[in-house]
Amino acid sequence: MANIVSPLPGVFYRKPGPGKPPFANEGDTIEVGQTVGIIEIMKQFTEIQSDVAGTLESFKVNEGEMVNPGDTIIVIREG
Amino acid sequence: MKKLLIANRGEIAVRIARTAREMGIETLVVASEADADSLAARAADNFVVVGPAPAPASYLNQDAVIAAAVDNGCDAVHPGYGFLSENAAFARKVAAAGLTWVGPDADAIEMMGNKSLARESARKAGVPILRGTDGPLDPDADAVEEARGIGYPLVVKASAGGGGRGIRFVHNEDELLETIEMARGEAASVFGDPAVYLERFVRHARHVEVQILGDGTNFIHLGDRDCSMQRRSQKVIEEAPAPDLPDAVRRTIRESSVELARECGYSGAGTVEFLYDPAGHEAAFIEMNTRIQVEHPITEEITGVDLVREQLLIASTGSMSVRQEDIQFNGHAIECRINAEDPHNNFFPSPGLITALEWPAGDGIRIDAGVEAGSTVSPYYDSMLAKLIVHKDTREAAIEGALEALYGTRIEGVKTTIPVLKKLLDRLEFAAVKHHSKFIETVDNLMEAP
Repeated sequence: MANIVSPLPGVFYRKPGPGKPPFANEGDTIEVGQTVGIIEIMKQFTEIQSDVAGTLESFKVNEGEMVNPGDTIIVIREG
Repeated sequence: MKKLLIANRGEIAVRIARTAREMGIETLVVASEADADSLAARAADNFVVVGPAPAPASYLNQDAVIAAAVDNGCDAVHPGYGFLSENAAFARKVAAAGLTWVGPDADAIEMMGNKSLARESARKAGVPILRGTDGPLDPDADAVEEARGIGYPLVVKASAGGGGRGIRFVHNEDELLETIEMARGEAASVFGDPAVYLERFVRHARHVEVQILGDGTNFIHLGDRDCSMQRRSQKVIEEAPAPDLPDAVRRTIRESSVELARECGYSGAGTVEFLYDPAGHEAAFIEMNTRIQVEHPITEEITGVDLVREQLLIASTGSMSVRQEDIQFNGHAIECRINAEDPHNNFFPSPGLITALEWPAGDGIRIDAGVEAGSTVSPYYDSMLAKLIVHKDTREAAIEGALEALYGTRIEGVKTTIPVLKKLLDRLEFAAVKHHSKFIETVDNLMEAP
């Protein structure tokens, strides 16, 4: 298992915008460099990308929830 | 008007509360759970928590904001800037709830919100506009022919866009049709309206704007401002009056802005924004903002008119207290926006606790702040902490005074844009008015430059 952690504080979103489909869902195959969510801080948006390939096991943070640097956002089952 | 709901946060909420108090109007400010202990919450007579920290759940929650006003006996709503201030549907809901909306009516907000409609009404009022298509580009028209009449480079803009969004650049004819196609597709998916229009592109343009006031009967201007010092289309330093503007251009933008206000029977404070081409000595309409502007204090400083007071008077009595002949211009004012961002790290946001804070004091210095020592800068909202405004007899003295005031400012606990403001005020290009709205992006290593 590999954890994708937040590099910065902010609000986590799974979707690029309201009414849009999520970047990724549980069970999806994830490639290295694939965008899996965004973090908003003070109106600036940072894309969160996976640094491993595998299957998206679970989200550890809910849509719109606050995260701090180092918090695990997503767990990926490698392979 | 007896009791005003301030539907905003930060420095503008504090600013509105100050004038309302002077006018004997009771104030109630909305706050998110994150802002219950903010300077704004204490600046008003009372505050009411309308929802959790994320803005969509609090400051943008229309029903919660209106309920806060109705349940607490308010009779008017001031939206400030940003958030719900240019939301026509919200303005209608406020009126439908029997409350006075401090701003122009919903129809005016809606018209100016649509870029090609706004351009069309500006043209009718005699406001100079950039060469471009009259209204949206007809999908069946010969776009190549239209574009030849405009000239390259040009931009394709979404009619429903705005604030710098939905704009595509076309360098030459080879790129034209493909870019229009992409822009239509993007506009349809992002704004729900595929309409686009073509407009000439001006290189090295400055941003100038005119402050207007209207009460439905009388329409006046309070002079111009220059806001060319921008980073990624966000204003960083503003000044009034706009420097180095030919008299004829200044007269044209001021008078035509008043005509535009008259054309729409405008009621309230508004700003007509122009880009100015210093090479061709031409100004052209960008858009009209139907609200109080962030940089309104520099106009207040050089005219002595309290714009928030006029907004409240227009909303409550139907008349403003000043006529065009009352407006006199004195000296020069500069505003610096102090943001919680790290200029040494690509302007990365810097939330956190402000552990120490000292503002400069002195003749001609005004601070409009939304924070104080002990405030927590929340990651949920805009990064602007305060505006430092300096008013002096001349532009040179105002630049010097602003620099001195920044050196006299101390903010600890969060990173701020103060270091970059000092660098920018010290640039020879700024002194000589050779800067433009993309200037900051063109300077390599701004922070390292001597």
